[in-house]
Amino acid sequence: MKHSFEDHTSTIQAVQEIPATPAAPRRMTLNMGPQHPSTHGVLRIVLELEGETIISAAPDIGFLHTGIEKEFEQKNWQQGVTLTDRVDYLANLSNNLVYSLAVEKLLQIEIPPRAQWTRVMMAELSRLNSHLVWLGTHALDIGAMTMFFYCFREREDILRIFEMFSGQRMMTSYIRIGGLALEPPRGWQQAVGKFIRAFPSKVDEYEELLNANPIWMQRTKGVGFISLEDMLDLGVTGPMLRGAGLNWDIRKSEPYSSYEKFDFNVPVETSNDVWSRYRVRLQEMRESAKIIIQALEGMPDGPWQADAPHVVLPDREKMKTQMEALIYHFKIVTEGFRVPAGEAYQCVEAPRGEIGYYVVSDGTSKPYRVHMRTPSFGNLQGLPKMLENTMIADSIAALGSMDFVLGDTDR
Amino acid sequence: MEKGRFGLGHAEERGYQVNHPAILETTEAFGESTSFADPERIVDLCRYLKDSEKFIRLSGVTAVDLHPAEPRFEVVYHLHSLERNQRIRLKCRLSGTNPEIDSLTGVWRGANWYEREVFDMFGIGFRNHPNLVRILMPVDWEGYPLRKDYPVHGYKYSYPSE
Repeated sequence: MKHSFEDHTSTIQAVQEIPATPAAPRRMTLNMGPQHPSTHGVLRIVLELEGETIISAAPDIGFLHTGIEKEFEQKNWQQGVTLTDRVDYLANLSNNLVYSLAVEKLLQIEIPPRAQWTRVMMAELSRLNSHLVWLGTHALDIGAMTMFFYCFREREDILRIFEMFSGQRMMTSYIRIGGLALEPPRGWQQAVGKFIRAFPSKVDEYEELLNANPIWMQRTKGVGFISLEDMLDLGVTGPMLRGAGLNWDIRKSEPYSSYEKFDFNVPVETSNDVWSRYRVRLQEMRESAKIIIQALEGMPDGPWQADAPHVVLPDREKMKTQMEALIYHFKIVTEGFRVPAGEAYQCVEAPRGEIGYYVVSDGTSKPYRVHMRTPSFGNLQGLPKMLENTMIADSIAALGSMDFVLGDTDR
Repeated sequence: MEKGRFGLGHAEERGYQVNHPAILETTEAFGESTSFADPERIVDLCRYLKDSEKFIRLSGVTAVDLHPAEPRFEVVYHLHSLERNQRIRLKCRLSGTNPEIDSLTGVWRGANWYEREVFDMFGIGFRNHPNLVRILMPVDWEGYPLRKDYPVHGYKYSYPSE
């Protein structure tokens, strides 16, 4: 197949011809993205404009499609965890967690309390990480540059904690099928404790900068409205719904990984605009800090991996001294463990909304099919409705309040 | 919008089974109910589930390729009811030759992108879909990547100079 430069550009018409009748309004089609700083990734939105008013917006996605679902089918079950990191690169641990939970459902193995609590703690740290990146970049888009430095200062501490636990700052793969990748390192209580006890005062700092800031209020209040019915119909989830008065959080409604043992609130706001989503996420940060402190103080003792020798790699010492452990080690490393045939759907409350993994096994050591229902994909579907008949300058604030990650959308 | 309008359901309402003539068979595994539905009547069934049974959310649409078995495809719908706090899975079996099913965009507008993704990845057609074009792959892509007979290293590009 031959491609010329014209072939690639012919579908994009930058400016429509001026209508013949002078009375007809002059419409313009504008390409926003795929390389635009406020789209937070490679998203292209084709905007139909009439003056400065957006008549319609059509998101064009797929620029970051990497075929992760196809790749799952080539890897064994445990190797698949590394792919989940790359889906939503700001909430890696939530993706690790949901994949592990889905496969563990098929394997019917029980995870010891210490591993479950550590998982909760890591998932909440990952939520803080994601919300901090969101707040920093969102505020930067709207013009509050200082926020970016404040948020990334705290994010650095979280990434250091991730590195301490797993050896990696971003692609942690720390939550594995059958438990955790490594035992929590010595001294983690001090590291997490020092960070999380100081964190609520940092949230105070953010609120001090933004809550009474007249520019911030003007840019966010009453901007980016989309009705709750529309959102539910279009598949929007997460803080967007909670900013519209719907008290729905999967951590409360379908608790997983012992979330039912933690005491936290689900923040709900009712004004249904960029401001209310900002309020919801900031309060969520405080609630996450509460959960992490509870996990820190009440961390149970015991094993950090499930008692399932056919799934979990044996202890290094045992592998060297016991024949049975060596056989298991050899089988797991060379072939991978087998998962009984069946299908399972597991969802968790990720920072952006509902992540659901639909996992199908045919009884072999590789997944037959893994489908990821990612929150950014569903949320972006609400974008045309949200941008309809709004001003083009508000679209940046509205986009930012949606908090999507294009890796999560395109997979 | 008043607060708590879509209240969360109670635990006793869980374990719901779909009762509709379009349901062919229902199985239960790991606390999840899976119902096989007649592909010809999927729109009726979903309208009933949304309007009468309060499954107001379509959580996702996907497909599974059972190549070389026949019927080859399973289209999988995950439905969620906030009021019942309940999830169900609907499945439709489709033949490998000319797989087609009615679109659910008339029931949930959110089905639009999910069905486009299934079309893009599996080549399953959705009748009455408003805009059935590829969504993740380039528009001029040939083949359907998530089909089992599509190779992993399947992309062969001929350069204009050759």
